[in-house]
Amino acid sequence: MKKAFPILGVLTAILLVYALYQALVVAPTEQTMGAVQRIFYYHVPSAWTAFLLFFINFGSSVYYLIKRCATADIVALVCAEVGVVFCTVVLITGPIWARPVWGIWWTWDMRLTSTLVLWLIYVSYLFLRRFSSGGQTPLLAAALAVLGALCVPFVYFSIWFFRTQHPQPVMGGGGSIDPRMMHALLINWLAFSCFAFLVCWSRYRLEKLSREVDEAHAMQSLLDPGGRAL
Amino acid sequence: MSAPSGITRVTLLKDLRLEWRSKDAVNSMLFFSLLVVVVFSFSFDPSAEESRQIAGGLIWVAFLFAAVVALNQTWAREIRNQVLDAYRVSPAPANSLFTAKVVGNFIFVSVLEALMTPLFVVFYRLRSLGPVWQLALVAALGTWALVVNGTFFAAMSLRTRSREIMLPLLLFPISIPALLAMVQATTAILNGEGARFWMALLASYDLVFTTVCLLLFETVLNAE
Amino acid sequence: MIENTPVPVITVTNLIKQFGRFAALRGVSAEFSGGKLYAILGDNGAGKTTLLRTLAGLNQPSSGEFSILGSRKFHDICEQVGYMAHPSLLYDEMSGMENLEYFGRLYGITSSARCAEVIWAVGLDPELVRPVGQYSQGMRQRMSLARALLNDPKILLLDEPFSNVDLHSAGEMVRLLAGIRDRGTTIFIVTHQAALLEGAADEFVWMEAGKIVERTLDLKRLENIGESTGESKR
Repeated sequence: MKKAFPILGVLTAILLVYALYQALVVAPTEQTMGAVQRIFYYHVPSAWTAFLLFFINFGSSVYYLIKRCATADIVALVCAEVGVVFCTVVLITGPIWARPVWGIWWTWDMRLTSTLVLWLIYVSYLFLRRFSSGGQTPLLAAALAVLGALCVPFVYFSIWFFRTQHPQPVMGGGGSIDPRMMHALLINWLAFSCFAFLVCWSRYRLEKLSREVDEAHAMQSLLDPGGRAL
Repeated sequence: MSAPSGITRVTLLKDLRLEWRSKDAVNSMLFFSLLVVVVFSFSFDPSAEESRQIAGGLIWVAFLFAAVVALNQTWAREIRNQVLDAYRVSPAPANSLFTAKVVGNFIFVSVLEALMTPLFVVFYRLRSLGPVWQLALVAALGTWALVVNGTFFAAMSLRTRSREIMLPLLLFPISIPALLAMVQATTAILNGEGARFWMALLASYDLVFTTVCLLLFETVLNAE
Repeated sequence: MIENTPVPVITVTNLIKQFGRFAALRGVSAEFSGGKLYAILGDNGAGKTTLLRTLAGLNQPSSGEFSILGSRKFHDICEQVGYMAHPSLLYDEMSGMENLEYFGRLYGITSSARCAEVIWAVGLDPELVRPVGQYSQGMRQRMSLARALLNDPKILLLDEPFSNVDLHSAGEMVRLLAGIRDRGTTIFIVTHQAALLEGAADEFVWMEAGKIVERTLDLKRLENIGESTGESKR
């Protein structure tokens, strides 16, 4: 296990470089938007990775509520944290892309809006984890994660209907995509997912370690009441 | 042991009686939303036509903020003298407490809405082009959505530091779809358009979140 | 030291309760037999209240287990336990009778006569219309005891029942509790005023730093372990 981490790290680095090459060199330049469209290879994989992480957060929260297993709680925490980071990347690259293409930084477009709401929900999750103290944190956080995840379909439906009522510039979705573009996109997604996994893994180890330290302190106060004021 | 519904009823009656005696929640809510109305009407000076467009948003934002005041109050009452512990050691089911609190808050916020709506009508020269009963239905569904989640999250924030700040931080993001539906439905009805989709969305939102909150409440109540 | 009596009503096995890095209970193991009055003594932070709250199902133990009346789940036997905390557990805006009528309903007790009975028992008047918030400390404390007695519990867990109660009333409360004990109820009293219970208690349990260090009938013995057990307030 200990060796796997640097190996995976190196592999991820190679993959990221290859993906960068794919995105910047191999993929053809989009005709109407020009080179700026290449941000697509960061924007979309980040979004997919964030969604994947939020989904894992939901799964492990449910598992925690059923089994009360500490590992599931750490996984949920880690996925929410890294997911929020990737979601932030989406929200930053979105306007950067929108500005030259649509001429505006922000539009209440369906996808942008729902991603923003998702980001808000998971930031509030992290707030709850920060503000609650003691042993109940995992439980409360898991409950919130379940409610937050259930909210997602409502967010999509409401914003979808909201937007179809008020037409706005929407990202050019339809039409066929160049296979080289698709390839670059998928490679980038793979690279981003590996990277996310790597970050999650090290964050997981850190969290586990800090909990072990806490436990060791607790053990100490258990054996030696005088050592309480650590 | 009496039936859960009986316990819900006595708990609700107890809450109403306490509120009747102190009037903490209703008074502060009323004054607060009055302030919001006044501040808003200084900020915008709309014509009758414009106000129809923005009223839905204004009304619901005012009610949302006011509801937070009430929601913080409900559990504050149970925390004083740690009365909640007396409930927890008793055989009464946790969900009876939750249901009583939700219904109680629903009543408080509905009273507030009933009192504030005429004010909105006067200040913003509102006249609905759609049927009023639909507005009432949207109000009921929307208020339920706010109080069911709000009561749950208020109970959750009890277990955190600085709980009064925590409640809006938790409640607002998850309420966004419900809020959007309430505002859109209200605006649509005021302008004489159909709002069937929004009402269906609100109803299903209510259904899903009521169910899940009931499933999770006992866990949250007994987390320490 | 522990008398040999049949089946203990409460068994505690290596109970540990940690709050973050602080261990409030550091391995409490004990057996308590039925129909006795136990006084739990100890300095502040010795874990007395935590032990009581854990027995009342309000705290989840970090490890170890306990059984009350043969059950490991508090919820199954909660109807047979009365719990009185340091705060009053009463609604300040309601009168004593209204409070008890409400809490009675939680236990399925619908008769006002039962509520009046326990209020008389603690030496208060059920007709009193004043809200509990306007009671004196001592009255509130006694009303709180009445609330704990309401469901006629087999086990009574009392946290500091005599704090801020004048000596005379405290003496009456002790007599009342001794009477209840004589009818077969097991009573645990966490207190700083051990002297009040001399003669009434069946056993003094001394806790120190999250452990039970001594169980004795002789209060004098404890004075050698702890500093002053007779101090009046916390």
